[in-house]
Amino acid sequence: MNNQELLREIDRLAKEINEPVRIMEVCGTHTVSIFRLGIRQLLPKNVELVSGPGCPVCVTDDVYMDKAIAYANRDDTIIATFGDMLKVPGSKSSLSEAKAMGADIRVVYSPLDTIAIAKENPDKKAIFLAVGFETTAPTAAALAKSAKDNGIKNLFLLSTEKLVPPVLRLLLEDDAVKVDGFLLPGHVCVITGVEPFKFVAEDYQKPAVVSGFEANEILRGIFLILEMKRTGNIRVLNAYKNVVTEKGNETAKNLVGEVYDTVDASWRGMGIVKKSGLRLNENFAELDIERALKIDIKPAPKKTACRCPDVLKGIITPKDCPLFNKVCSPEKPEGPCMVSVEGVCAAYYKYGRNSFDF
Amino acid sequence: MCLAFPAEVLKIDGAIAKVERNGVERDVSLMLLPDTKVGDFVLVHAGFAMEKVTKSDADITEALLAEMCGGERTVNL
Amino acid sequence: MNVITLADGAGGSASAALMKDIIFPYLGNDILAELHDGAKLNVNGKIAFTTDSYVVDPRFFPGGSIGTLAVSGTVNDLLMTGSAPKYLSAGVILEEGFPIDELKLILDDIQKAAKEAGVIFATGDTKVVPKGKVDGIFINTAGIGNIIYGIDISPKNVKPKQKIIISGYIGDHGATVLAKRHDIKTALKSDAAPLTSLAKKMFNATQHIAVLRDPTRGGVAAVLNEIAKAADVGIVIDEAKLPIRKEVKALSDMLGFDPLNLANEGKLIAFIDESEAKRLLDVMRSDELGKNAEIIGETVQKSKGKVGLKTELGAIRLVEMPQGEIVPRIC
Repeated sequence: MNNQELLREIDRLAKEINEPVRIMEVCGTHTVSIFRLGIRQLLPKNVELVSGPGCPVCVTDDVYMDKAIAYANRDDTIIATFGDMLKVPGSKSSLSEAKAMGADIRVVYSPLDTIAIAKENPDKKAIFLAVGFETTAPTAAALAKSAKDNGIKNLFLLSTEKLVPPVLRLLLEDDAVKVDGFLLPGHVCVITGVEPFKFVAEDYQKPAVVSGFEANEILRGIFLILEMKRTGNIRVLNAYKNVVTEKGNETAKNLVGEVYDTVDASWRGMGIVKKSGLRLNENFAELDIERALKIDIKPAPKKTACRCPDVLKGIITPKDCPLFNKVCSPEKPEGPCMVSVEGVCAAYYKYGRNSFDF
Repeated sequence: MCLAFPAEVLKIDGAIAKVERNGVERDVSLMLLPDTKVGDFVLVHAGFAMEKVTKSDADITEALLAEMCGGERTVNL
Repeated sequence: MNVITLADGAGGSASAALMKDIIFPYLGNDILAELHDGAKLNVNGKIAFTTDSYVVDPRFFPGGSIGTLAVSGTVNDLLMTGSAPKYLSAGVILEEGFPIDELKLILDDIQKAAKEAGVIFATGDTKVVPKGKVDGIFINTAGIGNIIYGIDISPKNVKPKQKIIISGYIGDHGATVLAKRHDIKTALKSDAAPLTSLAKKMFNATQHIAVLRDPTRGGVAAVLNEIAKAADVGIVIDEAKLPIRKEVKALSDMLGFDPLNLANEGKLIAFIDESEAKRLLDVMRSDELGKNAEIIGETVQKSKGKVGLKTELGAIRLVEMPQGEIVPRIC
């Protein structure tokens, strides 16, 4: 079906369903694609697309950023990071500010670029900021394994990778949650396979579609969710079969298992989510900068009045959050809904309910 | 964290492949996809080949609707 | 002697030798030859005056160098004001130890671009600073030109129902520099060039160009947002009409940026009344620098101060002012 056909079908289904349908997409790249294609403007009024906690950068909390900045400010370190991290706020500063003040912070495209940095600067500690979901974790694991196998002693990781299924469970556990379906992150599923997401339908009776990022693929995902809602035939469908399989990439999964332990993790604005994070295991402990070089940052996440979880669940709108536009804004964001350039709160802040009318 | 693109494998040198898309060439690691061959199309993320891209001519939407067996088809094309 | 030393900037005999033996062969002319503190020029009537500094890294890239940019950037700014560029000044700050061969290559690019643009260097200055105080070479150029009779370029001329024309492919320079910085192999070249011949044809064809801008840093997105705000109109452009090379699109997809935010160093955007748009487009296409020109959008009454893009799905989404440095994303 082409785009226009899908849009027509979406319209027809929405009319037939005749009640609000809230679809969550759980991936920063989906958020950006949906914005860039202008999909929201074309959907019927009762179908709402919501950005979930799907940007691993945006859910990275203050504590991690403060640690990264503290390591960056040392004279004996070089930080290697993905570009996305530069602007994420810590409690007082950001990596881009630290860079402006002279910290040696380098943007890399691949984690493996850190190896060259370590080799060229033997008297410094090259620290890779390992952020990402299941898509990116294997690439950092590959870095750790390479460094260890090649005996590179001055390469370290500061890990904060996160896992998607646990946070979806957290959202779905709340009976009051108003999410009617999910566009699942296509590239996370390339690695994990579809299996770890089947629980969305099996345990919580919500339809979900593993979706790619082109216009046709996203519209297809929305169409299929509406069709499942209409018929009551609730499942997790793989609509990205040219790269996603049932079981995913075994090599990548095994590598992650070889290098990491699964641990509890702190998600910005959401607190601790059980077994949702990765940490270098005993065999790779010597690459963990936190174990190699202790720094003085308070580990406990602060209690916050941030209501991102409720915004994400659809229980309240951004306006209802006590911090919105008073304490929390795109320049000084509290939770991921505001950190992400197209997060629910950031979008609301920038565009209002009905953005612009050309 | 999902930014990835498909590219064709032009050359392989150990665990590094040279891939190309629309005139742009890059080196990527095959550590996560060791069985890659020259001529394969692979999905690239953060400098790694993540998975082989398989082509399909079938209308995926049609196939998925059929897969949802038990529910009536609402779409007639 | 094959590198620049502090003595070369000290104003004594070494400085004089640098000027005479290295710089003059490339930039020399009668006015510069006077070697006086300042140039005395004959300029009649209203003039346009602009300045820009050039610090680009990498200094050399496919299609040009910091030297090319130092001329084309300032010349193009003058053209965008509706003037005929005539004289430039050059202030050069060199790092101690800078290779003379490299300096000669840069001067050669400056000379070529100046010739193409029809400008001469009326005055200049060279300083040398200790190692580490500057990154190799920083160049400032300022320029003056006579405002062309009858031409009035200003955002206040921009009204709804005008058409917007881009002179060619978007993002070539930005993409070329980013590819070089991140070690990605492409056949892309910077579009850096003075737009003199194109602008001349356009000014000869019509006096009704509302505004001209060259989309350098910040790209097309920045320029359109600035004009929409300054003129208090809305702007809508059509994604299908944007001329973008497939390599630029592929590179943008790979690294996660938007071609609309990439710098262009040899392109201009023109706003003109609907009735004259087609004619101006044909005139632009008749010049080598405008052969890929396209009408990409129009000004509208609604959504004043905002820029919208019609996507492949037919929806209109906002084009925002680019924020900060362009870095590769994974998200």
